[in-house]
Amino acid sequence: MPTPKELPKNLYRQIKYDIAFRKLATGTGIFVIILVIAAFFTLVYESWPAIKTYGLKFLWRTTWDPVTLEFGALPFLVGTLITSFLSLAIATPFALAGAIFLGELAPAKVANPVSFVIELLAGIPSVIYGLWALFYLVPLVRSFEMKIGAPPYGLGLFTASLVLAIMILPYALSVARDVISLVPQDLKEAAYGLGATRWETIRHVVLPYARSGILAGIVLALGRALGETMAVTMVIGNRSAMPQSIWDLANTMASVIANEFTEATEDLHLAALVEIGLLLFVITVIVNLVARIFIVKTKVK
Amino acid sequence: MKNSYPARENWRRLKNKIILGIITLLALIPTLPLFLILFQLLHKGLSSLSIDFFLHLPAPPGEPGGGIANAICGTLIIVGLATLIGVPISIMAGIYLSEYGKESKLAHAVRISADVLQGVPSIVIGIVAYAWVVRPMGHFSALSGSVALALMMIPVVVRTTEEVLKLVPDILREASLALGIPYWRTVLKVVLPTGMVGVTTGILIAIARIAGETAPLLFTAFGNQFMTLNPIEPMNALPLVIFNYATSPYEDWWQQAWGASIVLVFMVLALNILSRILARRIAGEK
Repeated sequence: MPTPKELPKNLYRQIKYDIAFRKLATGTGIFVIILVIAAFFTLVYESWPAIKTYGLKFLWRTTWDPVTLEFGALPFLVGTLITSFLSLAIATPFALAGAIFLGELAPAKVANPVSFVIELLAGIPSVIYGLWALFYLVPLVRSFEMKIGAPPYGLGLFTASLVLAIMILPYALSVARDVISLVPQDLKEAAYGLGATRWETIRHVVLPYARSGILAGIVLALGRALGETMAVTMVIGNRSAMPQSIWDLANTMASVIANEFTEATEDLHLAALVEIGLLLFVITVIVNLVARIFIVKTKVK
Repeated sequence: MKNSYPARENWRRLKNKIILGIITLLALIPTLPLFLILFQLLHKGLSSLSIDFFLHLPAPPGEPGGGIANAICGTLIIVGLATLIGVPISIMAGIYLSEYGKESKLAHAVRISADVLQGVPSIVIGIVAYAWVVRPMGHFSALSGSVALALMMIPVVVRTTEEVLKLVPDILREASLALGIPYWRTVLKVVLPTGMVGVTTGILIAIARIAGETAPLLFTAFGNQFMTLNPIEPMNALPLVIFNYATSPYEDWWQQAWGASIVLVFMVLALNILSRILARRIAGEK
């Protein structure tokens, strides 16, 4: 290494700039890591009063009463689990069928524009799905509830799950379709060559090959359903008691935060809401890491 | 001809037809609610659009008329500010990943962090922005909303910048370095401009994603019935108007919520389509 004095002044300056630019870029990269860690610890710090008061019991306490300052997260954990998994159960068969239809059955002339429209629909803001659900889905569900003799709120867990299903469908569908279109043509042709029908090829060649990718799509859709706020908040009815049936008014973790955060005047109430946010953060991080593992598996193949 | 097949073969063919039919049917059913949403949005929304709607401020509750001029301005300001905050950070981090970090452990940690940030629910991002900006300032502000939206934008732009810069051929870097141009200038003057269309696409996708976000604005930008251009005051935004009006008891406001939805959907769709046209242009260049 020549000492600075031996180098032309200009070159020395450029080397300094080079090092400075590399440090700036690396520093920004580290900044992104710090943002995520800081976000996590901010949530822990802000929810500390609630963590200190309730400890782990917070997870299975069933009373949530801002007036008497009694807080437990179980009703919201249950609400989130029911709406997420019910919506996933409703959406998955349709998403899978849609992906097979677009990836295998439909000619490109149909598949391309339809996929385009579906991806645009995935970009529509959730508050608009909520608005639509409030004015069209709620009356529909209400008349259905009257027929079967359930309490005719129209709002509630079932309606929220329906909107969620409609919202996550384009998302799960486009991931699954992308994976299905990655299945090598020669594998499929080999199956046809052996005399397999189209369905047998899909069942025994395409689906096994695309399995991890499809699972990743479903898990990613689950991650979205867990954290989805606006559409759910607008139709779930906002009742903070344990739900007894899927026709009940309820709250999810996200919707209780959206509803009560600006109204929380007591420190403990605010801290309890932030702790629910912290739980949501941890759950979605785990779900997304699981999806990542499935995606890595698909790529290894 | 058909009868010359054994019965089992006929059954296989029949099963094939039945199952493919079921799949096609299942694939077509979900298009129904999706088309209903679009149709009802157009049907309800278009009738509430007028010039006054774009130029006037909200009327007091119960009074007819009024518009959403403040919310349109607010959305533009909040999203613009978020872009100003988020894009420089994202591009530098993207440059780090593609030009310096590559396969190092630190680079992987940055990628995982970006993925984690992308998965965090928007309402939780809102809480974080509340703690970081609203609490120290002591009041709600457009700026805190922009910080929340910038946090949501960063992972999208970081990853697209990295992907796009990785596609720039090494020959270009080597040609530039051989001319005696230092690496940092090579990155800024050769690599980044070559990938600029791709980076712009990523930024547009990110803006489309954050423009319709409501949850992170609920307790940051908060909303405002009056016109303000000052980013440290509470500010209205289109998604907030839709939420607040839709859940209000006034029929007049419901109508305006549909109108605001049309404006918002049009903005988001335009951004999405624009980004697609750009993306197609890159694919054509290759």
